[in-house]
Amino acid sequence: MTAAALRPLGEIGQRLQVLVAAPATPADAPELLALGEDVLRHWVLAKGLEPTHGEREGFRLLALHRQGADGDPSFNACRETCRELAWHYNLLTLQPASEGEQDGRSKQARMMALVANHLFLFISGKLETEALGEFCCSSRPLRTGVDAGGAAGSE
Amino acid sequence: MSDKQPKSGKQKYAEVAYYPGCALEGTGHAYNRSTKALGKALGLKLKEVENWNCCGAMEVKNIDPKLQTYLSSRVMSIAANKMKMDTVMAPCNGCYHNLKKAEYELSSDEKSREVVERLSQKAGHATYQVGQVETIHALDWIKEAIGEDGLRERVKNSLQGIRIANYYGCMYTRPRHIFPEKDQGPGSESTSKPHFMDDLLEAAGAENVDFPLKTACCGGAHTLSDSDTSTRLVANILQAAEAAGAEVIATECPTCHSGLEMHQIRAESTLGLKTHVKIIYFTQLLGLALGLKPKAVGLHENVSDSFAFVKEKGLA
Repeated sequence: MTAAALRPLGEIGQRLQVLVAAPATPADAPELLALGEDVLRHWVLAKGLEPTHGEREGFRLLALHRQGADGDPSFNACRETCRELAWHYNLLTLQPASEGEQDGRSKQARMMALVANHLFLFISGKLETEALGEFCCSSRPLRTGVDAGGAAGSE
Repeated sequence: MSDKQPKSGKQKYAEVAYYPGCALEGTGHAYNRSTKALGKALGLKLKEVENWNCCGAMEVKNIDPKLQTYLSSRVMSIAANKMKMDTVMAPCNGCYHNLKKAEYELSSDEKSREVVERLSQKAGHATYQVGQVETIHALDWIKEAIGEDGLRERVKNSLQGIRIANYYGCMYTRPRHIFPEKDQGPGSESTSKPHFMDDLLEAAGAENVDFPLKTACCGGAHTLSDSDTSTRLVANILQAAEAAGAEVIATECPTCHSGLEMHQIRAESTLGLKTHVKIIYFTQLLGLALGLKPKAVGLHENVSDSFAFVKEKGLA
């Protein structure tokens, strides 16, 4: 994908709402993938990093996820969502469409939009609460460095 | 255990220490009831961990993770040293995750071992030693002790014709390093595409749909602090399940389950999004398949009303 200008988060959410409701068609697959990448770019930028232009397994999306999860294991809660997004993209773009498969492909496109939307909801929620602490249940402690002086560490 | 002979999964898990955890005494009581009823119907024994405590869940872990390690280790210590059990079964994803995490921390972090040793001495009980018990989930329990073939033999009311999206939530398989027994090839659970619930429900006759959000976050940790985000995450999961053709979302975690139920209602009132997919614990579905009555598996304790649905499907 090209390094397009980054859309504001709110705009990404609105566009995804439109695509979920429309519903999305197989032709929307590249845009859905790009929206997923944009959400991840927001996350990486929020961490003060330059979003990677590299790829993993042929997807910048997966490289961005890996970059975003570096040092932040709770971010892996969206790892499979990213992989599902990439998988749906492959389904919709690499398989030649044939007559009689249109229903199945429409269903895949609708599902891809919902998967992209989930990625947006997860990351935008995480961004929103970042100041308050980690989002995921399996996250690191809110107060890093508490180990030495915390309840368990005191006599 | 005095018996040093290696046991098969079926023998090993025929009797396990049962750690219900706090949620199963409250909002997740239907899961508690159905787990016990299912075990009884399958001839499996559950010995509840005596005087168990909170696993440390999110609250304690967020303030002091080593205190959470101690709290989880105490549960395992009671099971091992007082009850002489070698397996602890925890149906709640949060409890299961925390006990596994404590096991990992104790095996890899000297400081954690020191804290647990000190707090155990203060509390006056034996210190848990790594490897004294194996912690398993309710899915492992049924899968190993009974298996798909065993279930097929016992099914009285097939789940045939019921399309199910299996929802595992985000804690059952994450982080991968605390679950060394997973991703070990055929027969083991997968952390990227878990399938134990799919396998068991399929053995009971159900048709599993392809569900890409089976391990996606439900926003459980956000429910109180940011309900709107939770509602939107749940609404998306519900829509995806319906788009996949599911009539039921099968659950295996009390937090996910109650989140899906509550936010299904909230999505209708705040987002105007009405979904019809039923939310039912896998233990309830398996219990119904074995011929148990809806009340015996706590269907009346669910917020999501599925009585008419199970009746229509010939399960009641």
